[in-house]
Amino acid sequence: MSAREEILANIRRSLGVTGAEAPRRMAVDDRLAQARSGIIPQRGQGDQAARVATFKDEAERAQASVVEVETAADAPGEIARFLRDSNLPATLRMGDDPRLAAMPWSATALDTAHGASDGHDLNAVSAAFAAIAESGTLALVSGPDNPTTLNFLPDNHFVVVAASDIVGDYESVWRKLRGGYGKGAMPRTVNFITGPSRSADIEQTLLLGAHGPRRLHIVIVKGA
Amino acid sequence: MTETPTSSHFKENAHAALHDAPLQKALQHVRVNFIDKRAKAVARLPEFEALRDSARDIKDHTLANLDLYIEAYEARVVAAGGHVHYAMTAKDGVDIVLKLCHERGAKAVTKGKSMIAEEMGLNAALEAAGIDPIETDLGEYIIQLRGEAPSHIIAPAVHLNKEQVEADFRRVHRDLPSDRDLSQPVQLLTEARGILRDKFLSADIGVTGANFLIAETGTSIIVTNEGNGDLTQILPKVHIVLASLEKIVPTLEDASQLLRVLARSATGQDMSVYTTLSTGPRRPGDPDGPEEYHVILIDNGRSSMLGGDFEDMLRCIRCGACMNHCPIYHAVGGHAYGSVYPGPMGAVLTPSLIGVEEGGQLPNASTFCGRCEAVCPVRIPLPNMMRHWREREFERHLSPKAMRYGIGFWAFFAKRPTLYRLSTNVAMRALHWLGRAKGRFASLPFAGGWTRYRDLPAPQGATFQSQWRAKSGSVH
Ligand code: SF4
Repeated sequence: MSAREEILANIRRSLGVTGAEAPRRMAVDDRLAQARSGIIPQRGQGDQAARVATFKDEAERAQASVVEVETAADAPGEIARFLRDSNLPATLRMGDDPRLAAMPWSATALDTAHGASDGHDLNAVSAAFAAIAESGTLALVSGPDNPTTLNFLPDNHFVVVAASDIVGDYESVWRKLRGGYGKGAMPRTVNFITGPSRSADIEQTLLLGAHGPRRLHIVIVKGA
Repeated sequence: MTETPTSSHFKENAHAALHDAPLQKALQHVRVNFIDKRAKAVARLPEFEALRDSARDIKDHTLANLDLYIEAYEARVVAAGGHVHYAMTAKDGVDIVLKLCHERGAKAVTKGKSMIAEEMGLNAALEAAGIDPIETDLGEYIIQLRGEAPSHIIAPAVHLNKEQVEADFRRVHRDLPSDRDLSQPVQLLTEARGILRDKFLSADIGVTGANFLIAETGTSIIVTNEGNGDLTQILPKVHIVLASLEKIVPTLEDASQLLRVLARSATGQDMSVYTTLSTGPRRPGDPDGPEEYHVILIDNGRSSMLGGDFEDMLRCIRCGACMNHCPIYHAVGGHAYGSVYPGPMGAVLTPSLIGVEEGGQLPNASTFCGRCEAVCPVRIPLPNMMRHWREREFERHLSPKAMRYGIGFWAFFAKRPTLYRLSTNVAMRALHWLGRAKGRFASLPFAGGWTRYRDLPAPQGATFQSQWRAKSGSVH
């Protein structure tokens, strides 16, 4: 007997089932097909203005910084300003996401680079798939235009998110993923990010920038 | 785990721990921080208690249909281009990891924090096979340098002080200038970050655990604060996920119910910083990510726990709240338990995993104050299950000895006034806090004989001893 068969047989013996019971199969198939929502906290609910306000509060609670700009064209200027004000080099790595590609980077003094990170970049920008008001969480997906390494290797991570992509809860992100990738399918990686990297492993002292970014700066684009 | 279990020596271990001054200093952080942060996060979410019910029900439903959900999960992993391996025992799991490493000529393996890897003794096995295992979670990295096992399931180095960490870094990091200031935690973190960054980039294989596996999509989820788990799984060519069977949940919706109670119960965050969902290997056109994705599903005693007295224990999501709120854990720390899993959840799980002869003393490591059950996000009746173990010992005719252990343990604490005061003080304050809304309890674990007929008044936040002292000066 293979390990797989042995484990399944052991489970069935313990549960007193055979695996062929129609009602059990139906209950499981139904649950997987319906994917019903459970309890959703009120906190993230409300119209777009309320969701944006809650998202901002919650992300700041998690030590991210958040700025709103009027249009997508204002995002590069905001990122350049942040780097300047923080006395950081004016370099920036990004993927080929069309939302970022359409922004006027050349109007800034930023020295931009494209593609995955090899671990030696100080700054990177990503475009969010969605953001979740409930806990101030960003949702980023991997794909040809969106390297996952940019979310973790650079010291300073910028994320641009459209106000219209700020949803109330995780469940709204699952729906959006199913809409984009099909039921049961997923991008290779979905990164939920809530604030910059941290550790409290030494004497329970909270420190930012453990292995991932020390700073997370979120740019909300209102008119998009 | 890097050491053999010493659970049968719990009493001796506890005795030593109580006289370990650096340990006692470090444990102060547990007593204050975790409890306070969880309470604040819970107070901020009105739906929290309902979410606990939801979390419990999801786990119960999944366990009752675990065979079918495993089949569904496997089909989705394969559809996404991943591989699922099955291991009946911890040893079988180790053999699969070693085979994957050998076939790929791996020399260095980075590891995200994983309790199942501790259960498997994976680091020792990799080392014996000439492969360098590199723990990347800061706490795990520190204890790996020291050759120790974790003393807490989410804060593995919580038993240490910064001076100890500094001494270890100076001992092991050869290139460290002797005049470099490492007196503060932030300097220690910077040092470890620099060392580990190079190791991340050069590792051949990355091994992580999983907080959840999703049957609907074939996805594995890891939850971390540092980002080390992510660097472990996206940089090397091969990602291996280690997961025990009970990590499976049906849908993404179910996972989000559990996520809402996990971080709040663990660290008092609403969400941990990184919750990462991984489905299969790198896709065509992807600029990064692992080329191979393997999941090893490990039984190691789980399938036998189903349908029995200890099935509820399989709901555990390893948040650590039970040990964070346990007066015994506060007093002796995690190593005294001598097992991979310490605290109340360890006291219940360990005898299931390593047998009652070796782990049978642990269920007596309880004052039956009930705080673990009061905070457990999936409502595991931990004190009841400890009592089940005691009953089993009785049936196995171990009773006279076991009874002595039970009473002996209480006596051990009662004979040490400082410790007894400390543990009862903490318990009383917690009961006061938990019961403050109504000032009384309609039911309490282990006070069933009382609460069946009447409410138990909530303690007013002070023990008899401390009230006596306040009113009449001093008892000592
Ligand atoms: S038993 Fe409950 S409280 Fe303890 S670690 Fe498991 S889920 Fe958390």
